[in-house]
Amino acid sequence: MMDVGLSHFVVVSALLFCLGLFAVMKRRNAVGILMGVELILNSANLNFVAFSRYVQHTIDGQIMATFVIVLAAAEAAVALAIVLAMFRNFGNVNAATATSLKR
Amino acid sequence: MNLAMSENAIITCALAILVLPLASYALTFFFGKKLPRKGDFIGVTFVGAAWLLAIRIFLQFWQQSDPSFRVEAGFTWVDLGGFSIDAGILVDGMTSVMLMVVTTVSFFVHLYSTGYMHGDRRYERFFAFLGFFTFSMIGIVLSNNLFFLYVFWELVGLASYLLIGFFFHKHSAANANKKAFLTNRVGDWGFWLGILTFFTATGTLNYFELFAHVHAGTIQGTLLTFAGLGLFMGCLGKSAQMPLHIWLPDAMEGPTPVSALIHAATMVAAGVYMVARLFPLFGPTALLVVCYVGGITAFVAATIALVKTDFKRVLAFSTLSQLGYMVMSLGAGDSVNAMFHLTTHAMFKGLLFLTAGSVIHAVHSQEITDMGGLRKKMPITFLTYMVGTLALAGVPGLSGFYSKDGILGSTLAMGMVNGHYLPFILGIVAALLTPFYMFRLTFRAFFGKPADQERYDHAHESPWTMTVPLIGLAILAIFVSGFNTADKGWFSKFAAPYDVAAIAAQYPIESAGHHLVVAEHAGESHAEAAHAEMVDPHGGEHAVAEGHGEEHGGHHDIHHTAHVRAMMMSIAMVILGILGAWWVYFLHRIDPSKLQARLPGVYRVLQGQYFFDELYAATVYRFTLWWSHLCSAFDRIVVDGIVNGTGYLTRMVSFVSGSFDRYVVDGAVNGVAAVLQGAGEGFRRVQTGRIQTYLVYVAASVLILILIYRVL
Repeated sequence: MMDVGLSHFVVVSALLFCLGLFAVMKRRNAVGILMGVELILNSANLNFVAFSRYVQHTIDGQIMATFVIVLAAAEAAVALAIVLAMFRNFGNVNAATATSLKR
Repeated sequence: MNLAMSENAIITCALAILVLPLASYALTFFFGKKLPRKGDFIGVTFVGAAWLLAIRIFLQFWQQSDPSFRVEAGFTWVDLGGFSIDAGILVDGMTSVMLMVVTTVSFFVHLYSTGYMHGDRRYERFFAFLGFFTFSMIGIVLSNNLFFLYVFWELVGLASYLLIGFFFHKHSAANANKKAFLTNRVGDWGFWLGILTFFTATGTLNYFELFAHVHAGTIQGTLLTFAGLGLFMGCLGKSAQMPLHIWLPDAMEGPTPVSALIHAATMVAAGVYMVARLFPLFGPTALLVVCYVGGITAFVAATIALVKTDFKRVLAFSTLSQLGYMVMSLGAGDSVNAMFHLTTHAMFKGLLFLTAGSVIHAVHSQEITDMGGLRKKMPITFLTYMVGTLALAGVPGLSGFYSKDGILGSTLAMGMVNGHYLPFILGIVAALLTPFYMFRLTFRAFFGKPADQERYDHAHESPWTMTVPLIGLAILAIFVSGFNTADKGWFSKFAAPYDVAAIAAQYPIESAGHHLVVAEHAGESHAEAAHAEMVDPHGGEHAVAEGHGEEHGGHHDIHHTAHVRAMMMSIAMVILGILGAWWVYFLHRIDPSKLQARLPGVYRVLQGQYFFDELYAATVYRFTLWWSHLCSAFDRIVVDGIVNGTGYLTRMVSFVSGSFDRYVVDGAVNGVAAVLQGAGEGFRRVQTGRIQTYLVYVAASVLILILIYRVL
């Protein structure tokens, strides 16, 4: 059994980030985009925890991760409010239809 | 009674006389419409006050009995470093007499106008102008230097213009005032040249300093003659001497009180006053010209007066003739009798014009062919008119006789000394014509049968405001001479020939050399000789005519003989003239119309006033028209050509410049805009409004940045 090291975490984190970014870019559904954002935040969390465990040997990263989780919750609340507002304005939650900025 | 006034008091009085009519002018001009009686009482009382002050000054000089006594006061008005112009007033005997003449006639005319102009639409304006005129005329009299003399000279010209054209709605009046003004401009042009010549040569404008300069020879010879003739041109214009007399008969278009005040008594006498005042500035040659001009005017005007039928025009030509006498007297070197005749003439001619006004007021016509038999209807007018006529005719005992006699005597004396008899002959013939035409007027207007019964029935004596001035002036016309000639009677206290040597002693000329051209080329050696010559600048003949030939014993006899002869002749002429008129116009022994038919040429010339107007129409006016046509052609062809050419050139240049603008500058601007628009069109696609597209850009950019970071 191979040792699980820092590099594994970082790779997983990078994969998570890429998946999140892909979701944010390609999902039509605003809720899907929100999920992508959660993935990106969690990839960052994974990095924080991994680096605090393997490099710094403190709990600073874990504290930061906790903060990010809280922040993500808040963000989800705000973002869902935006999605609701969007649905009220456009009749759907398709990000491609919300192009008012263009005009 | 002690009448002594300090010099300050005299100056203050004189200033008050100057300012009172001005105040009357200002008040009536600005507030006349709002005042009761349209403010005529202001004019009458203010000028009346000025009159009383003038009497006060007159009495002072009467007591002084010294013609050379004078008071001067002034201040520097303009100081330009190199030269300065003073404003000042001068009061001496001559001034006090002139003040009396001007204020007396002006007061009577103001009073008379309240009756004559009653009910006129611009009644208050008339009084304002009268006040303005009186102010300007007094300014001429009081001025002590040529500059202010000129200023007031122009102001009386303006007043004359305004008053001749008072009935400006009449075409003839509007033309007459233009004619008067323009004719005066010709004279004033020469006057101004004369003033400038004196100023350039001597550097001063003060009368007495100028006399001292002339005495010292700073200005002499031909230049002095021409400068003097320049000044005399002013007199030609203002005193209506030939050939600039044409405006005065037309000036009769003005209201009659104006004719009396301005065109008979005062303003037209300003030229005579000016020459008499500046007498030492006229060289012998200039004086000879003056004498001939006066003589010819006296004669020619008298002949024209023989045939005119307009009451006022006859008087106008008579005025010309009398002014001719005064000028002739000046030319003969007798400025004292000229001033004396001016004084007496002001009284009786002012009176005659006022009676004319009274007659015109009564019959509403100026033509003597509409009158006749008026003496019964208008007794006061008739009696005062007779006083004026007899005085003008030169009947012994009335004022005109003494002054005219003095003038004829001096002119004859001049002829006996230097052989120029022509002025005297013209004068004595005019003395024959004067009573003739005056009595022609008298018999036609006041005697005989009424020519127009309707007008006759309508005629009535004028109100007291008009008859009181008539009576006042009639009394003066009788007594003003003091029953003596100028050099023996009261007038000698007020005016005497200038004692130029004494004046020169009061105004030492520091050095004649630094005063420009004239003195410089005279040089040292000539200066001595010149000085000897200039001791009596007017030569022997004038010393004689002045009648003060103490050092010339023989000349005194000539003067005396001349006076006696002239008096005899003039009395004979008066009797002949009156009898002639009586014969023709009262007894009708000769029918003037038959005479007229037998001498059609003479009649045409006289009735046409020697065709002076036609002559000027053919020469001066034609030349002016031709010249203005030429100027207009020059304007049209050359000036307009230049302007249009410049315009065309500018258009061409601007067309090229416009094309450059349109194609090059606009092209550059539009090009930039087009490029930017194209770029915008392109980049517009980038902005989709989709948030995810932007995120792709961000991610791609970050990737690129990382890549760059990595590679570099």
